[in-house]
Amino acid sequence: MLTCKQFLHELNEYLDETLDPQTRAELQKHVNECPNCWVVCDTTQKTLKVYKGMEAMAVPADIESRLMAALAKKIKDKGPGRCSGA
Amino acid sequence: MSTSTIASGFDEAALVARAKAGDAAAFSELVQRYDRRVFRMAKQITQNDDDAEDVLQETFLKAYTHLDDFQGNSKFYTWLVRIAVNEALMKLRKRRSDRTVPLDEPIDTGEDEVAREIAVWDQNPEETYSREELARILDEAIQSLKPAYRTVFVLRDIEELSIEETAEALGLSISAVKSRLLRARLQLRDKLTRQFKRKGDDAFAYL
Repeated sequence: MLTCKQFLHELNEYLDETLDPQTRAELQKHVNECPNCWVVCDTTQKTLKVYKGMEAMAVPADIESRLMAALAKKIKDKGPGRCSGA
Repeated sequence: MSTSTIASGFDEAALVARAKAGDAAAFSELVQRYDRRVFRMAKQITQNDDDAEDVLQETFLKAYTHLDDFQGNSKFYTWLVRIAVNEALMKLRKRRSDRTVPLDEPIDTGEDEVAREIAVWDQNPEETYSREELARILDEAIQSLKPAYRTVFVLRDIEELSIEETAEALGLSISAVKSRLLRARLQLRDKLTRQFKRKGDDAFAYL
């Protein structure tokens, strides 16, 4: 029987599903029998899900326009035919 | 157009090829496609708006200058993230020059891996909070992580780089990335649980 500490050590691989079937089965058994680890596993999974679902907000307009201006200057300085070696 | 940053099915390789051939409009399109993600990542790592803006600019200026070095072995965005993370880490180090370099902080022994707050969550936080509220909660939780953990989490779990790509981008070993990622995930889980746990009943009432 795995200890909770051993389970937690393998939690990433368990969640990312990168374990060999035998190790995975052992962890599965532990999580089915241990309420604490079940909750930790479930809420860690939810943590990842909520972060992955977070959409990046648009860059604020002033920052965006300063970025575009800096790029335009760079492109002008370098010339449009960057690869011509001119 | 601006609503979808990770459009599927567009021909990125063709766009990159055009940009490489000197087509400024093609490069601008790449910028518009990825700037919000680069900016978010820069903010999450540096935790500072001015630094994040500098990182954003430097990243795309460098990408433009070094476009010929992009060989197409990885996704363009992954290449961009590598540039951005270097810029962001430089900012972080400069800002904290009076302290130890955060990414090189020794990692402690592992006792804190044992979760402290163990409670089921109320329901899906996406349904309970507005997008803005949820974003604020998530940002605050990330802010509270040490830079060494935060950076790994941002690259692996938000930007969805692989373990190997994260290791390469940060100049860390695979095992260092794995152990930091585990800490980061568990610490975030712990913090979010304080926010999202089911209230008003025993944590184990579901049993």
